Order: sequence, then structure tokens, then C-alpha cells
Amino acid sequence: MKYFPLVWANLTRHKRRTVLTTLSVALALFLFASLRSVITTLHAGAEVGSESRMIVQSAKAIVFFLPMSYKERLLAVPGVQAVTWADWFGGVYQDPKNFFASFAADAESYLDMYKTDFTLPADQRTAFIKERTACIVGQHLLEKYGWHLGQNVTLQGTIFQGDWTFTIRGVYHATDPAFSEDALMFHYEVIYERYPRWVQPGWYVLQLKDPALAQQVAATIDSEFKNSTDPTKTGTERAFNAGFVTMWGNVSFLMNSIGMAVVFAILLVAANSMMLSARERTNEVGVLKTVGFSDRLLFGLVMAEAGIIALGGAVLGLGAAKALYRPTDFSAMGFLPGFDVTAGTLALGLGIAVVLAVASGLVPALNAARLSAVQALRHVE
Amino acid sequence: MALVTIRGLSKSFQRDSQPIVVFDGLDLDFAEGSFTALMGPSGSGKSTLLNLVAGLDRPTSGTVTVGDAEVSAMGPGALAEWRARHVGFVFQSYNLLPVLTAYQNVELPLLLTRLSKAERHDHVMTALGVVALTDRAEHFPRQLSGGQEQRVAIARAVVSDPTIILLDEPTGQLDAKSAAEILELLQRLNREFHKTILMVTHDPHAAQAAGRTLHLDKGVLTA
Repeated sequence: MKYFPLVWANLTRHKRRTVLTTLSVALALFLFASLRSVITTLHAGAEVGSESRMIVQSAKAIVFFLPMSYKERLLAVPGVQAVTWADWFGGVYQDPKNFFASFAADAESYLDMYKTDFTLPADQRTAFIKERTACIVGQHLLEKYGWHLGQNVTLQGTIFQGDWTFTIRGVYHATDPAFSEDALMFHYEVIYERYPRWVQPGWYVLQLKDPALAQQVAATIDSEFKNSTDPTKTGTERAFNAGFVTMWGNVSFLMNSIGMAVVFAILLVAANSMMLSARERTNEVGVLKTVGFSDRLLFGLVMAEAGIIALGGAVLGLGAAKALYRPTDFSAMGFLPGFDVTAGTLALGLGIAVVLAVASGLVPALNAARLSAVQALRHVE
Repeated sequence: MALVTIRGLSKSFQRDSQPIVVFDGLDLDFAEGSFTALMGPSGSGKSTLLNLVAGLDRPTSGTVTVGDAEVSAMGPGALAEWRARHVGFVFQSYNLLPVLTAYQNVELPLLLTRLSKAERHDHVMTALGVVALTDRAEHFPRQLSGGQEQRVAIARAVVSDPTIILLDEPTGQLDAKSAAEILELLQRLNREFHKTILMVTHDPHAAQAAGRTLHLDKGVLTA
């Protein structure tokens, strides 16, 4: 600690440069933490899905409907206990920027299927089921738009054109933070009635009697519909969710790449700043060596400067990311429910800061240690 | 009794593949408690000799012994430790660290000791007292005159009570009045505190302050 005033004096020699370097490290690690949190949140979302539920979708693509007649046939497959279905609605509320997850589902069977994933008061459930134009919304979505129970909410359809008005009859609470509370669900019949010749289930959800039967059930279903006009693709819900993440695969790679590129660019900035700073003080290194400072001590002092800049930046950048997202309930319009900077991301960010400190400080520190006192004293800027 | 013993000292440099011989078999002693001025033209080897005695540079051959320590045989780590305990060095251009106050500059050599903060404080204030600058302890070098900066540099050189004080043109950048104050201060350090002083200078007036004057020319003692 007795050397701290010397280290601090050197750091504050060019305050603006030190502050800007520290802020650039902070910004880099903030971006890194943010981008990586997108990836970890996507993966956490994939883990939410149950192994005892399966999703049946069109083998052509998820945007294709499956016939309603499949419901009974799916229920008849050995190992299947219950079936429900849903359609992606994709409406916006008042303004295109107010976009959130909205879908139509077979209300009763859907609520039964997901009764362990979110809670809905019994009276609200009853009210929702018995009223055709009712909807339920997640607690977070309700708070976000200042809605209340009994309020009419009009969505503008993007896939199913027109205005669609629903009355909020229930508010659900997710039991897992990774399960979105930013969704609105209404009765399948509503869109079916307006588009009877077109609308059919977008996907089916199956409840298995035993998760161990998943592979066998999937094979049975997909082979049964293989030669039909609407072949199916069946997998566990977890695999289905993971499939979404896989769809994001290139995005994950891109985000990792951008994150690393930013960190590397900042590394160069920090290293340049450290080297410039050390070079300006070459003469002083000679003075300190003359006074009796050893090569090892000078190496440590320069590394300490680099460490303070990198770790200071890390505390600022990672701290800001941690402080910003969770308390503000950031969820990217509901598409990244439970978005948070995990402990793993913070640890990785700190690890990067340590690498940054070593990489940016090593060359100037070695130079300071290796330079002879006489050479250093002769140095003129 | 000799504090510094130099025997068979040779030192040569390579400059543009040309060997430059500074010393070739120099023998020289400096007595304990002496105040010696080393004079000579530029390139005569004065500063090189100072650097060799301080252990900042290594001889090509020969030995430099200060007290019981053969400086020329020490490794870098041991040399740094030895310098911290036994050498006080004063430069022509003061070489105070601009980001540190006078107090912090003087404290630098003491950071390398096991002294407590309070003990370091006492030593620093004593050293600043010797150079009559206690009232400038919290001033930064840019807030001091050249003479004051050099006095702070001398305080830094004596604060750890070194065996020998080496000065390289200590009055070279000072006006006559400040130079006289510095020389008087050095005489006091030699006379009252019995410090062994070796001073390189171009200035005959400065040399007069020393008890002994040696002349170097092309690495050879001429007087």
C-alpha cells in the first residue's frame, strides 16, 4: 500500500487520458456483458421447456399450419396423455413499436398443459375461459402498459389483419423468471371465426405419460404423417426451444464475435495508452532505479497501473450492466424474459479485464524493468 | 581510510561499431568523509565514473569497491538494494518526479525500507529541515525554483543516510546565488554529518567548495 500514492500519482498525471482509457474499457465490458447476456438468456429460455411435453409442428416450416384433424390422431398415439394447440398472432398495441408475444390457444387445454409454469387465480381462469373475447396477460406486460383487469385492449394484427379487441380477464405470474411475463393469450376460436378457411393450429403441444417415451412418440407421429400433405416434425419442448436458439445460432456467433472484437479493439487502445504513458516516463524510471527501485518493483508498479485501469473499467462496465438490466426489468419487448447478467458473465468479464491488464501492461512493464538506469536517464522525449 | 577503491578499471563502449575506450586500468581511492570534485572536459569520463561508483553501470574490467561491497560484482537485484541503502544521487537537472510533492519525492528512497509511515515522516521532515524546505513539503516541483528543486533532490539523496553522496553537475543549471547555497549545503553535509561526497562539475567555483579536486582527461587522471 505504501507504493499506492506513487501509482495513483502516475495514473492521475494525465487525468483525461486515464479517465478515457478506463471508460473505454468500461464500455467494452458493458457491451461484452450485454451481448453475452443475450446469448445466456436465450439458452436459459431453452432450458425452460419441459422434457415431458412435446411440440408437433409442420415439417415444412413453423409458419405452416397443421390440420385440426391431427388433434384426435395425436391423442390416440400411445404415450400421449393430453393435447393442446396454439397459433402465433403477432399483433401490435397502438404503435408498431409496442410489439410483444401474442398468441391464440385452445384456452382450457392450454392452461391445463402449462399449469406448473405459471399461476393464474382460479376465478380469473374461469372468467377467461367462459368469455370468448377475453385474454390473459403476463404481470410484467400489464404493468408495462398500465393495464388493469377488465380493460379492453385492441391489438392491430400483423399476420391476421384488422383490429382485435380483447378484455383482460386474467393476469398470470411465471413461476420461472425465464418464462415470459410479456405475453398475451386469447381464444383460438376468435381468429378461427374470422378466418375459418385459413386458420388451423400452428403447433400442437403434447403431454407425455412418461418423458422416456419421447423418442418413440416422436417417431410414431412423424412416420404417421410422413406421406401426408402436412408432414410433421416432432420434438420435446426443450428441443423446440433450443431449436429457436439454434435459429439464433449465427446471431450468437455474431454477438460473440462482436463482443470479442470490441474487447480486442479496446485492448489495443489500453495497451497503446499504457505504452505511451510508460514511454513518457522513461527518464523517471532511470531516476527510480538510481534511488534503488528494483527491476521487479518497477515491473509491479507499471502492472499495477494497468491493473487499476482494467479492473476499474471492469467494475464500472460490468457493474453498470448488472445494475441496469435487472432492476429495469429489461426483456427486449418480452423476447428475452429473465434477461440478466449472470454471475458467469461477470466472472468472464473480470477474467477478460485481468487478461486486458496483463496484455496492456506487460510490454511497458517489461521495458521499465529491462531498461538500464543509464539508458533510461539518457532518454529524452 | 578509503571508502571507495577503484582498481584496474576499464570501460569501453561500442558506438556505430567503433569501440570507445573511456577508462583503461584506472586506479583511484576516495577517503571516507572526503568531499571530492571531479573535473574535466566533456567526454573525459566523469559521469561514467560516477555511474560506475553508483553501480548504475558496469565496468568492462576491474573492480569498484564501496565500503565492504564490491559493486562491480553484484547482480541487478543486489545492486538496487545496495543503492537504496548506500547511495544518494543528485542530478544536474534535479530529476524530481513532477507528479509527486517535495515530501513524496524525498520519501521515495524510504519506501524501500521497513520504516513505518510515522518514521518515514520524521526522516523526510528532518531531511527537508537540513535543506531548509520544510515549509515547501507539499509543493510540487513546478511550484519550486531551480535552487529549491535541487535542494529537494539533495534531501532525497540524504534522507536514507547513505554511505556516499554522488552529484552530477549539481549547480549546472542554477544561478550563482542558488549554486552558492547548494555548495554551502554540501559543505555542511560533509563537515557536520561527515558525508563522503563525490561531485562531478565543470565549474571551478564549485570545485573550490570541495576539499579535493581531481582532473580527468580522456579517462586519465591528470592532477
